[in-house]
Amino acid sequence: MDITFKNVSYTYQPNSPFEYKALHDLSFHIDSGSFVAIIGHTGSGKSTLIQHLNGLVQPTEGSVTIGPYQLLADEKNKKLRELREKVGVVFQYPEHQLFEETVEKDIAFGPANFGVNETEIDNRTKEAIKAVRLDESMLARSPFDLSGGQMRRVAIAGVLAMNPEVLVLDEPTAGLDPRGQKEIMNMFSRLHQEKQLTTVLVTHSMEDALAYADHVIILNHGEVYQEGAPIELFKQKESLQAVQLDVPEVIEFITKVSDKFDVHHSYHGQSITELAKELAQLVKGGHDHE
Amino acid sequence: MSSTMMIGQYIPGSSVVHRLDPRTKIAIIFFFVVIVFFANSVMSYGLLTLFAVGSAFATRIKVRYILKGLKPVWFLIAFTFLLHLFVTREGEVIATVLGWDLYREAVIQGATISLRFFLLIMVTSLLTLTTTPIEITDAIEHLLGPLKKVRFPVHELALMMSISLRFIPTLMQETEKISKAQASRGVDFRTGSFKDRIKAIIPLLVPLFVSAFKRAEELAMAMEARGYKGGEGRTKLRELQVGRMDYMISGLFLLLAIGLFFTRN
Amino acid sequence: MDHSKMEFRNVSFRYQDDMPWVLKNVSFTIHANEWVAIIGHNGSGKSTIAKLMNGLLFPQEGEIYVNGQLVNQETIWDVRKNVGMVFQNPDNQFVGTTVRDDVAFGMENHGMPRKLMIERITESLSAVGMSDYEYHEPHRLSGGQKQRVAIASVLAVSPKYIILDEATAMLDPKGRKEILNTVLDVQDQRNLSLVTITHDLLEVTQADRVMVMNEGEVWLEAGPREVFSRKEQLQKIGLDTPFVTKLAEELQSAGLTLTREPLNHQELLEELWTLRSRM
Repeated sequence: MDITFKNVSYTYQPNSPFEYKALHDLSFHIDSGSFVAIIGHTGSGKSTLIQHLNGLVQPTEGSVTIGPYQLLADEKNKKLRELREKVGVVFQYPEHQLFEETVEKDIAFGPANFGVNETEIDNRTKEAIKAVRLDESMLARSPFDLSGGQMRRVAIAGVLAMNPEVLVLDEPTAGLDPRGQKEIMNMFSRLHQEKQLTTVLVTHSMEDALAYADHVIILNHGEVYQEGAPIELFKQKESLQAVQLDVPEVIEFITKVSDKFDVHHSYHGQSITELAKELAQLVKGGHDHE
Repeated sequence: MSSTMMIGQYIPGSSVVHRLDPRTKIAIIFFFVVIVFFANSVMSYGLLTLFAVGSAFATRIKVRYILKGLKPVWFLIAFTFLLHLFVTREGEVIATVLGWDLYREAVIQGATISLRFFLLIMVTSLLTLTTTPIEITDAIEHLLGPLKKVRFPVHELALMMSISLRFIPTLMQETEKISKAQASRGVDFRTGSFKDRIKAIIPLLVPLFVSAFKRAEELAMAMEARGYKGGEGRTKLRELQVGRMDYMISGLFLLLAIGLFFTRN
Repeated sequence: MDHSKMEFRNVSFRYQDDMPWVLKNVSFTIHANEWVAIIGHNGSGKSTIAKLMNGLLFPQEGEIYVNGQLVNQETIWDVRKNVGMVFQNPDNQFVGTTVRDDVAFGMENHGMPRKLMIERITESLSAVGMSDYEYHEPHRLSGGQKQRVAIASVLAVSPKYIILDEATAMLDPKGRKEILNTVLDVQDQRNLSLVTITHDLLEVTQADRVMVMNEGEVWLEAGPREVFSRKEQLQKIGLDTPFVTKLAEELQSAGLTLTREPLNHQELLEELWTLRSRM
């Protein structure tokens, strides 16, 4: 589903001593089927933004369009239920939302709320547990007996079982060890391809944004600071640092090489192996590379 | 950033009322509550109202916020007044509305009881508006101090209160987070029958309890790691100090109390 | 006996008699003013080591000595004064209702006089760069700021050892950097040993010594350079290596010979520079 924000502003607790404007006149567009990363330091408005995607909050000004659904400032949307079924949100530390006695029941919770029939729920539960790479024998266990990483997968399976068309991920790897982070991100990347999802990833990791996203939106103080293809955006070190963001390590290193050797190397999506070959050529072949 | 963060409604400020020792404030309110019940003339009520309104202005908090804090009790005040109109049947009948006799005493009693009620709520809300919950906790710990002699766990009680205060915002944020997560999975907290709504609360309560227990466990470990072993041999950073202002205000309040007894009928 | 070190002697630990051992015959020494990083995948026993260090747990076998003192029920209060801990979750270790109250908590427990507390609060908050936040409430602070307060709280008691048990795991990159810089500053200015239990590889490259844990045993104890030169073995026990290490290995497979295992960009760049000038 296409997603469009048009002049969206959002204010918390308006007309109180704690009034706080989280989004200012935000406009952008996300194409159906794309993998978009939203980055920005803490407090830049990322979480407020994603809460608009399934109507948890309503814009204070402007309009949000998600496929056929529209959220407006002063109008209650009557199809919020449908919208929430189509837009699955994996919140930060999603394992905190588990509550059922068994993994199976917890995964079935979402679809059951949306009135999916039992045989279908059964199919989806099995499919979801497989998608998150957990064994089917886990279904009968209590989610509270699992390890942290397994609990997170169960929670994600609970969102996948809703069969969403849009998947919103709010720092899905936070608090995991490096191996767990990589596994979870690869899983989302695979699901994105297989199910042709529109994926919106909120992340602090420039590495992940570079590796998985085809479009990046940088937020700062509730406004779109920059957007574009990750390779292009991440080359602009100064402008990223101005909003306290880092350049992905591989790009930073290539820039340093270019400076030190006075050559024009650039990042074009090469793997570490390819980069090593380029560098070997640079030191062996001497000058005039590229 | 999350909504409804007004714990105990405290509004920061540096007015005289803000700077008073919380024990002074609590003591004054305690005696105010007592003497309110001695008022029985227009003059004596006037005096008390003057004190309450005067204190309210002395806080330098916007009238809007003070009135907002009283919002939930307006209904009760109005209800008390109406109840008296219907129940009390003394004195002469001053009017008849739709066949119902309205007695003079009913109006007077209704008005005075409502006014008392209003004054009590107003004064106590001034305490919570100008005093941080932790100051109130400290004051209570001090005022209950003598109970330590009879082995009443004053220190533990105060620590419990201060930890609860510390974690209320955290748990509120957590509640909001979990309710949003479950709403995203199709839970509807707002509509449906009473039974449906109770059912909708379970997916919220279970995770909250699980997380609260986990927090409690981790907090206990962190406290132990930092050398906590109960109240014995413990020193305190926060100190309460009675200053000149406290004596002056207390004196003023004493004058009011004396004045009240002269203006009674 | 040398009194300025922490020693684990043949320590074994399990949570219950019928459960498998979490630590098996672990021995090591932490010296004065040293920074030791402990790494290992989840369940390798790293966090258990932290809890044993200040008597939150006691081993079934073996002994632990802190500054020459055997850690047991009688000595834990002294030990805890010497060994400060910072845990993973910034929220669940913040006891006070404001920053200064939290910093005071440990000092209050140890019965320090009020006047000294006030001095130490100022001192330790400035050491972690949080002086402007003395009267702030925890829910108005970021995760990184809360962790800095936790470090200040520990510093205020002036311990000889500070243990950071995955203290940066729940933070964003900015918070992580804040903590790392704070820790570097503090270690520079004060006489203390630092033990960081971490997944953050950048942190590991800067430590003096690295202990790699695997299945309850000390798998390797060496400097970061040596540890990361064993890339394949590390991967076998589920550990990742930094970008520089990976690139260095690929460079070697591409036919270059590096003089030593580079630990950061600067070192790798210099290796490349030398290689080119030799060609």
